[in-house]
Amino acid sequence: MAEPLVAWTALSPALLLGVTGLALLLVDTARPKSRSNTSMAVVSAVGALASLAVTVWFVVAGTGSAATGGAITLFAEAVKVDTMALFFTAIFASVTALVVVAAHDYFHDHDNPAAFYSLTLFAATGMALLAVANSLAVVFVALEMVSLPSYALVAFLKTNRGSVEAGLKYFLVGALSSAVFLFGISLVYAATGSLIFADVAAGMESVGSLAGVAGVGIVMIIGGVAFKTASVPFHFWAPEAYEGAPAPVSAFLSSASKAAGFVIAFRVFTEAFPLGVSLSADINWVLAFGILAAVTMTLGNFAAAVQEEVKRMLAYSSIGHAGYALIGLAALSADAPGNGAVMGAAMAHLLVYGFMNTGAFLFVVMAERWGIGRTFEDYAGLARRAPVACTAMAVFMFSLAGLPPFAGFFSKYFLFLGAIDNGFVWLAALGAVNSVVSLYYYSRVVKAMFLDDPASAGALDALDVRPTALYAAVVFAAVATVLLLPGFGPIIETAQSAASLLF
Amino acid sequence: MILEALIAFSFLSALVVLLAPDAWAGRLAFGLSVVPFAGSLYLWSAFEAGGNALTDGGTIAFKSRYEWLEVGGRSVSWFVGLDGISLPLVVLTTFLVPLAIVSAWTPIDERQSQFYGLMLFMEANLLGVFTALDFFLWFVFWEAVLVPMYFLIGVWGGPRRKYAAIKFFVYTNAASLLMFIGFMSLVLALGDSVSSFGLPEITQAIADGGLGEWFGIAPETVAMGAFLAMFAGFAVKVPIVPVHTWLPDAHVEAPTPVSVLLAGVLLKMGTYALLRYNFTMLPDQASALAVPIGIIAVVSVIYGAMLALAQKDLKRIVAYSSVSSMGYVILGLIVFTEYGVGGATFQMVAHGLVSGLMFMAVGVVYNATHTRMVGDMAGMADRMPVTVGILVAGAFGYMGLPLMAGFAGEFFVFVGSFGAEALPYAPLFTALAMFGIVIVAGYLLSAMQKTLFGPFRLETDYEVGRAPVHDVAPLAVLLAAIIVLGVAPDLFFEMIRDAALPVVEGVSVDG
Repeated sequence: MAEPLVAWTALSPALLLGVTGLALLLVDTARPKSRSNTSMAVVSAVGALASLAVTVWFVVAGTGSAATGGAITLFAEAVKVDTMALFFTAIFASVTALVVVAAHDYFHDHDNPAAFYSLTLFAATGMALLAVANSLAVVFVALEMVSLPSYALVAFLKTNRGSVEAGLKYFLVGALSSAVFLFGISLVYAATGSLIFADVAAGMESVGSLAGVAGVGIVMIIGGVAFKTASVPFHFWAPEAYEGAPAPVSAFLSSASKAAGFVIAFRVFTEAFPLGVSLSADINWVLAFGILAAVTMTLGNFAAAVQEEVKRMLAYSSIGHAGYALIGLAALSADAPGNGAVMGAAMAHLLVYGFMNTGAFLFVVMAERWGIGRTFEDYAGLARRAPVACTAMAVFMFSLAGLPPFAGFFSKYFLFLGAIDNGFVWLAALGAVNSVVSLYYYSRVVKAMFLDDPASAGALDALDVRPTALYAAVVFAAVATVLLLPGFGPIIETAQSAASLLF
Repeated sequence: MILEALIAFSFLSALVVLLAPDAWAGRLAFGLSVVPFAGSLYLWSAFEAGGNALTDGGTIAFKSRYEWLEVGGRSVSWFVGLDGISLPLVVLTTFLVPLAIVSAWTPIDERQSQFYGLMLFMEANLLGVFTALDFFLWFVFWEAVLVPMYFLIGVWGGPRRKYAAIKFFVYTNAASLLMFIGFMSLVLALGDSVSSFGLPEITQAIADGGLGEWFGIAPETVAMGAFLAMFAGFAVKVPIVPVHTWLPDAHVEAPTPVSVLLAGVLLKMGTYALLRYNFTMLPDQASALAVPIGIIAVVSVIYGAMLALAQKDLKRIVAYSSVSSMGYVILGLIVFTEYGVGGATFQMVAHGLVSGLMFMAVGVVYNATHTRMVGDMAGMADRMPVTVGILVAGAFGYMGLPLMAGFAGEFFVFVGSFGAEALPYAPLFTALAMFGIVIVAGYLLSAMQKTLFGPFRLETDYEVGRAPVHDVAPLAVLLAAIIVLGVAPDLFFEMIRDAALPVVEGVSVDG
């Protein structure tokens, strides 16, 4: 399928997600009284998987790639479908599918779970839209489309104080950063006279005395990106929100929503503010991202090392991983041949991260479903009662730490190598040091589950249920994490060739 | 294809055993683990290769190579094959695993299917380590060995198992990172002169002077830095004094069958990697550092033996004596003579068998007495004649009794090192290292005399009788193998020498 029959069918991954969300609303409206958790979960999983299937098909067929006539632009260039957009859409759709399947067992006794599924699907639609945005206006609208359902999702357990508090915090920080982001966009518009990325880039070349205005705008846009990716300095909502939110929502936010933040970051900064042009206007955003990456990964990893609760540890570790992925922007240099390689490596890392991090959070979902506690000690001896799930969790932990038998090793390795090739040895070295730190706290989980004895003889009696759907999701994520190691070739090649087109 | 089949079969049997019920997991694991051994015997019989797999002009037996992916212009591939150095280690691994599994039947009584599954999983990865000829493939297997080992020590170990498991994991992982950085800087400094991570290509590119400047650092400095980083990384694995401290903890806490594999095969990963990477790829750097490395080797021999002399725990004695034995291997490698390098490789196999036998025999005694302390028992020969007989024979093998494998290994090393030109003061180093054998004899004889002979006495409340047949049988098989290899070292030594010769020729000796 080189040229789509009708151009807008190139958007079908996003449309499928959106239509599924609407269909869920319809089902809920038609039968508002009946609890239809299972049918909701099935419909949303089918929708997400259909979207994933179409996305993968598009990638394989080369829709929007250079080989088949280049990116497909729609709606007066406001939207652009290319391989990078499809790559990220695949991440969003996979994570969404895993999360809705797992949520089926999480909400097994919830009064009205219907809204959860439709909100998740709408947020995913927004993410898919972010991936194809080619104009700052579309970026902002799509960003809000991701954010608004996310606020509601975090506060979804409305009788739970922690959940509501987390939702409020997330909303306040989010509203502030949205405002900052929007103001940044308006300043960029003032300086360059356009919102379409390519025209912004053209305007940047002749920005002249308005360089200061554009610079302030760019800094504000960096702030918005930092919020969405949970990077320093807008990271502090993440531990609170991830901890308080229902665990499937934490999984969704920390994997898919973070990747969504990165897709706009990668696109906006390479297409709207190309490095060479920005540098000639004295706007060095690479340095800004370098500092952010360094601080974010260090802060995330060291803070994770001192946590006592697994979910909170995972929250900080996801901040740390945002720091790694930021290397994709921080290790760029004007006209260097390795730019595509390092950004592609960051994309591949986000894909692998989508499976291993979602899987880790879904294990926490399982622990909450079993009703065991939240701390490392509460996980003691779990492997005796649930060896399969614990093995999967061990896979996630080792992969997140970047140990070689798992996919996380390759994605991190490619990322650091890309940084070295581009001359940013210090970022790679800092990343390696942080990976060593991370092994400490990730292995604590494994130690607790496999090596430690249960706190008391009856401590694990609650493990009498075997939530099938949740098991399926966790095991699938683990299998994917392992298989992505031998199958890393096509992933990294797709990602790097997609990223190379941006430079 | 046969190597793939061997590795894949081990992985599959690990999975099957993992899912089998506890009741017959041990038997099933043994049955399945015999198949790779048969396979490795076939490999041995069909082995046809000349020279070293890594150096120019070497042919690789059972070679197969498939493209995997590409990293920054260099291809990573599934690339396996054997030469005269790796084949004996593959045979050693597949030989020790079934025996270790049988020796686990008595002591392992909980979560059995997981235990045996992990043992087989580790075997699969060990085979991968010894057959892989692509750096990335090798590194994946190398690291994957650590994971089952961590669990085997941490779950089934002794009272301080958690501490030992974590210490092992942290030490070896940190070492791997150091080694990885060292090797990568080497590859990056090679620049465009290599197009893959195949170890033969990299070795030959370095030999052809392909190393270039890297970030303004001179090629010689890069090579020296890489040598030091890799040496330090592998030294932890071997282990060499002063980075040996994880070993006694791991050995003492690990259950017997795991100790067997740890001493028998895992330590050889370190020396094998030293030989492959440091001494084959960077022979000039190695011989520039000959004196310091020689000193480290001799210190390992003497200090390890002295530590063993001071121990009261039988397992600790054997563990520290492994440190001592590994010192001989390092000495053999650094002298860069045909007999030195060949003897070091032979010593890897010989020590694998002998230390495996010692750990297993101590384990059988422990199964009966539930103590390993020298002062807690005496006169065991009275109650367990066969076990004790084999234990004594093994100890003599350790001391280097002629016609046993240990003698052949040490003898080759000494022959090679005495007149070596690459190592200044070689006779002095050799003489000092030989002195280690005297200490070995000292502590083994005194420990045996106290525990095995004299009137029977036991501090713990256990009835001690003859050990079950399936405990003793592996000991007998191992002893037979040790004697066979001692009588006819050429079974392996011929092919080892063939593969060691190109390594020796790689070094340029001045004067």
